[in-house]
Amino acid sequence: MTTIAGPLKPPRTLGVWGWLRRNLFSSWANALLTLGSLWVTTLALRGLIRWAVTEARWGVVTENLRLFMVGQFPPDQIWRVGACVLIVSLLLGLSWGAWGGVLRTFAVAAAAGMATLALVPFDLSVRLWLAGNVALIVGGWGLARRLPGIRWRRWLLPGWLLSLPAIFFLLRGVPGLKPLPPINTNLWGGLLLTFLLSVVGIVASMPLGILLALGRQSSLPVIRVFCVTCIEVVRGVPLVTVLFMASIIFPLFIPEKIHIDRLWRVMAGIVIFSAAYNAENVRGGLQAIPQGQVEAARALGMSGLQVTFLIVLPQALRLVIPATVGQFISLFKDTSLVGIAGLFELLYIGKAVLAQPAWLGRQQEVYVFVAIIYFIFSYAMSYASLRLEAALGVGER
Amino acid sequence: MNRDLTVRSPHRAIPLWRDVRVLRILAQLAFLLLVVAVSAFLYHNLTTALTRRGLGGGFGFLKLEAGFDIGEGIPYKPSDSYGRAFWVGVVNTLTVSAWGIVLATVLGVVVGVARLSSNWLVNRITQVYIEVMRNTPLLVQLFFWYFVGMVQGPSIQESLKLPGPIYVSNRGVAMGWLFPTASYRPWSWALLGGLLLAVGVYLLLRRLEIRSGPLSYPFLMAVGTLGVIAAAGWLAVWLATGQSPLVKQDPVLQRFNFIGGRILSPEFAALLVGLVTYTGAFIAEVVRGGILAVHKGQQEAARALGLTHLQTLRLVIFPQAMRVIIPPLISQYLNLTKNSSLAVAIGYPDLYSVGGTIYNQTGRPLPVLVLIMGSYLTMSLITSLVMNIYNRRVQFIQR
Repeated sequence: MTTIAGPLKPPRTLGVWGWLRRNLFSSWANALLTLGSLWVTTLALRGLIRWAVTEARWGVVTENLRLFMVGQFPPDQIWRVGACVLIVSLLLGLSWGAWGGVLRTFAVAAAAGMATLALVPFDLSVRLWLAGNVALIVGGWGLARRLPGIRWRRWLLPGWLLSLPAIFFLLRGVPGLKPLPPINTNLWGGLLLTFLLSVVGIVASMPLGILLALGRQSSLPVIRVFCVTCIEVVRGVPLVTVLFMASIIFPLFIPEKIHIDRLWRVMAGIVIFSAAYNAENVRGGLQAIPQGQVEAARALGMSGLQVTFLIVLPQALRLVIPATVGQFISLFKDTSLVGIAGLFELLYIGKAVLAQPAWLGRQQEVYVFVAIIYFIFSYAMSYASLRLEAALGVGER
Repeated sequence: MNRDLTVRSPHRAIPLWRDVRVLRILAQLAFLLLVVAVSAFLYHNLTTALTRRGLGGGFGFLKLEAGFDIGEGIPYKPSDSYGRAFWVGVVNTLTVSAWGIVLATVLGVVVGVARLSSNWLVNRITQVYIEVMRNTPLLVQLFFWYFVGMVQGPSIQESLKLPGPIYVSNRGVAMGWLFPTASYRPWSWALLGGLLLAVGVYLLLRRLEIRSGPLSYPFLMAVGTLGVIAAAGWLAVWLATGQSPLVKQDPVLQRFNFIGGRILSPEFAALLVGLVTYTGAFIAEVVRGGILAVHKGQQEAARALGLTHLQTLRLVIFPQAMRVIIPPLISQYLNLTKNSSLAVAIGYPDLYSVGGTIYNQTGRPLPVLVLIMGSYLTMSLITSLVMNIYNRRVQFIQR
């Protein structure tokens, strides 16, 4: 029979048999439960392993790896994507050296993963590129450790933020510039697109969400009503309707001469959708800040803006880290829906691959592969959230 | 000195441009003006775009003949109107959401309790289940259930047989189901009477128990009353008409498909399973959080009083955990309803999918969008209203 886990017991060594008896065979009912679930698990694991090793034809993944990673991005221009990843690797290495903590885990994991991949017999250029990434991460770390003082670290966050427009510039290209011919955003796809949508969504929806939350708390009725309406309408409808709006309604609302790529429209839709949820999370944090904090700050002579941005928001945002990261994870997962609006991110690239006659009926391999990629990054985010919470002492102070 | 005081006296009017009250009104006016200006600009663009395409606004088109077929749902034929077609979609969304909410709640409670089990293995299995479900997108899971579980499933001749009987094949899920017969109506009256009586018995016995002390098992007695009346009614109807009010009908395999029983389309089955397993994992976390929020002393005290594990859960832990569980549970129900719109990706005709078809046929994006968003907003509002009323009932009464 299942029970609620008991209170913490004083530590003592049990030995293997003691542990087994305590945790698996404490009663007849428990023993039956253990054996039953052991049986089910064994069957499931055996079936899964047999399938993965003998039945699955992973060629559908390995031979279409480029599609999965970058979609229809022109193969001769793919070095640009590689360069973007190199930029991120360098920043990751520098941040690891500067801040450590959870970034250390990520940097080490990324370096180890890419070093392992470099051993796989891909093209030589791919393997060199992977090795270059590892070198940049480790080199960035070494550089950060050697740099004197800590004043340079203040440039790291702007560096991360600036890397985003730089990456867009690099991918989009410039008309007339020979080495960087423009590339239509319709060709961007795969994991690249998934990442771009998630990162832009996360970076842009946070400030917008904070503004909406502040507006909802405002004492000016017009602004409050406006913000409440925005938040509640967006939260009341599914993301697909927002995407419908972005891809079909939005072009009707702007002058006909202006054409905005589908990618930017969908991105705007995702940002607005995510901002409404962020706003509600932030509001929770704002409401948890005791009124005394505001009064004390006012008594010290701070202006309304100063109180909000120096006293209330920093505390409120720290409180809502878990909820916010949860929202980021669901945003990351929700990017899989943009396929419904006609963009080919990771999941819909998988569908496109499956539509090729050569790979008909290989659904299991493709969807398992896609699910694993999503899992890795979502899990990494929730892990980072736990570490960040511990580091900032949420719930303790 | 005296002059200074009069200068600073509050009677002197504050200049308008520094008066907070005036500034507040001005700021709001400016904001309102901005919103109106932007809206007017957008509206102007919209009307020009629509007139250029020769599309009027308005919902008049809903009366026109739809002309497309819908795979499943309430009776509908292509010659019906667009309005009727949309209503079919709404009912389909409601159907899958209602079943999904019930089943996901059951699954979530079971998994949430199992997640707290002292049995190490059960604990780990449920943890893996929850992490996998929560960290992969619902759409990937739906594709998996639909394409791998249904489309690639066994052919109808080799369908997977589960107890029930339930047959799973690439043509959907066929299962035995109870169907009402002609004598169902009189029996349903007996059932209704029994239900009323059971509620009466429950209320009476509970009052008695609270007043006098000794256990009188109100819930068991109520269920017993209902059971006895239902059985007696069944017997009476059967004796009078020679026909059972409900007949179980098993699906029978014909050459190409199943006849009889209840047959779920592959789309519905995949969507329902996907929504239930996905939302179930989230509900499990909600349930776990709620149970952990109940103070440990409560459990220890209940055990010390000699209650069994199950009694502790049912009488002490759950009633208190409910207060913590209900608000996030409401939002999970709403999420499930909204997530059912992913049906469009696997071809189940829910309201979003039917709305999309109507848009494709009529080319009227705006009214269709208003219909779709309005439907979802109405569902959200009604759900949160009902659940909030319930929530208010179970919360502590703060004095």
